[in-house]
Amino acid sequence: MNFVMPDFYPAIPEMFLLAMACVILLVDLVLPPSRRWLIAFLTQATLVGCAILTFATADGQVVLTFSNMFVDDLLSDFLKLLVYFSVVIMLVYSRSYLVARGLEKSEFYLLVLFATLGMMVMISASHFLSLYIGLELLSLSLYALVALDRDSARATEAAMKYFVLGAMASGLLLYGMSMIYGATGTLEIGGVAQAIYHGVANKSVLIFGLVFLVSGLAFKLGVVPFHMWIPDVYHGAPTPITLFIGSAPKLAAFAMALRLLVYGLFELAAEWQQMLMILSVLSIAVGNLAAIAQTNLKRMLAYSAISHMGYMLLGLISGVVGGDRHFALNAYSSAMFYTISYVLMSLGTFGMILLLSRAGHEAENLDDFKGLSQRSPWFALMMGILMFSMAGVPFFVGFWAKFAVLLAVVDTGQVWLAVVAVFFSLIGAFYYLRVVKLMWFDPPLDSAPLEAGFDMRLLLSANGLAVALLGAFPQAIMTLCTFTLLRSL
Amino acid sequence: MDFITATFYFLATILVLASLRVITARNPVQAALFLVLAFFTASGLWMLLQAEFLAIVLVMVYVGAVMVLFLFVVMMLDINIERIRQGFWGYLPLGAAIGALMAVEMAVVLGGRYFWVDAMPSPGAPPPGYSNTKELGRLLFTDYVYPFELASVILLVAIVAAVMLTMRRRRDTKYLNPRQQIAVQRNDRIRMVTMPTDKE
Repeated sequence: MNFVMPDFYPAIPEMFLLAMACVILLVDLVLPPSRRWLIAFLTQATLVGCAILTFATADGQVVLTFSNMFVDDLLSDFLKLLVYFSVVIMLVYSRSYLVARGLEKSEFYLLVLFATLGMMVMISASHFLSLYIGLELLSLSLYALVALDRDSARATEAAMKYFVLGAMASGLLLYGMSMIYGATGTLEIGGVAQAIYHGVANKSVLIFGLVFLVSGLAFKLGVVPFHMWIPDVYHGAPTPITLFIGSAPKLAAFAMALRLLVYGLFELAAEWQQMLMILSVLSIAVGNLAAIAQTNLKRMLAYSAISHMGYMLLGLISGVVGGDRHFALNAYSSAMFYTISYVLMSLGTFGMILLLSRAGHEAENLDDFKGLSQRSPWFALMMGILMFSMAGVPFFVGFWAKFAVLLAVVDTGQVWLAVVAVFFSLIGAFYYLRVVKLMWFDPPLDSAPLEAGFDMRLLLSANGLAVALLGAFPQAIMTLCTFTLLRSL
Repeated sequence: MDFITATFYFLATILVLASLRVITARNPVQAALFLVLAFFTASGLWMLLQAEFLAIVLVMVYVGAVMVLFLFVVMMLDINIERIRQGFWGYLPLGAAIGALMAVEMAVVLGGRYFWVDAMPSPGAPPPGYSNTKELGRLLFTDYVYPFELASVILLVAIVAAVMLTMRRRRDTKYLNPRQQIAVQRNDRIRMVTMPTDKE
């Protein structure tokens, strides 16, 4: 019995969030219906508290605890702060939408908190088991959230599809993990890397496991050919939930890809880079082409999410060139920069759909944005900024993100890959700019004034301006990403 | 072939056949019962590996609780098999082809070479007084306490989600509020009426 008490200090944010979720669960029991706002307030306060705790305990050291299952490094602290940030924004954007439809139940806040906990566990995982459990915690909460509006047949169908495909993806991931366990004899991500480095593991078993691991990962990231769930889920889920699925979990999925592939299987980079390259090119092509045909904005953004994840993968596949690892830091920071800027843009765009929606009216079709410039020039400008940025028009943040990953690709000498990516990004510009055209040059179909509250208007404007302003100082985030990864790799 | 090996092959054969019947049985109740059989034989296999605790838990939790609930659900829902099987034959060739391709590829790549008995040496006999259950408990609450606690959070999520998705407040139920019933006062039920007595 040689057991040392685990060091709880690095996991304080997780424990605080779990404790607060239980407190909210109990408070909800005794709360009279007239004080319902307290639940929303407590949830926001919990996230702010987590952010303070994470910030206070961030010291830049790499600390392993809980029998090497939990890692606390600068990367995890940075990504967790971004997750809290995007969840807080999501909650502000979605409140009025949910209230108008009678969906603002306390279960919504609880499940969002549990999903956040799942993302934190994933981000801090240094063991296959904790990574998988974090993923399940996140996914199960998301399946339930998609079915939040249980009287809507579309939402129920989306939840069911998401659940079945998600369970299959988890199965693939677990099968891959079990193969890698069979080859290396350990589930610790660091131990796996060591075993491969020392040549203990059998290579064909490893690659066999890697195939399943990458497939499972691709499902969770939503890249072609594992993307079928994305359009249906984005379309079917209530818009706040779509906003949630499209923002913070992308950060967690990025962390998962980084922990599994870069931390664990870096020695096999030549193999997984090839697999990811196929996925990436297919996603960029299919995502951008299919988005053109959509008339529903949520579906269009779903395909756009597929193509964006493809661009993000471009960063991940440029880390190692023929055994040379000098590019790794730059390439992975560009992928991280891409993920962060995508999350920022995605928050704003889905926020705009929520802004235009009101009781009994879903502003989810492209036609609903017609003539927005006459109804509200300011928010038409914000949506314009977001669309330009998503399309990668200079000099918004989305442009710099694409520029960074393309630079990483060119560094590896695969110029043709960069050319393909730019080509499809030009095709993609069409459907983003179509939204701008509808807003500024078409007459409005609907002249009802916008109903959103002051907090949402303020935050959405800040979000749009952030996309524009960060485009002026892209070096700030890029340096932050590089610094974080430098201290954590 | 010694007794243990013979038992292993006996149980394994039943397990594979029962699992096949789970997915081929036409009647869902029969499929569920075959799943029970599969669990029983799997727990027998664990018993052979001297994992008594896991074997018993498998029978108690899966057979005793989960499968019985599952049977209840299957029997209560009127599942129309024919409707579910619509399109089955249409998708079968494609699905079967891809499945067979995957299976062949996996067999070619692995072929049992790397996971043969020689590659996985036996851990050796446990020391005297060794308790499988005790070891499991020790591991769960020391080295694996973090995933163990998180697994409980997943169960909590399942409870919250189940309540959220299924509980409905119906307006027309004749539901009695026990709190109001207990708090009832004499004055709520009895009205004292002063009746003037007849003077005559």
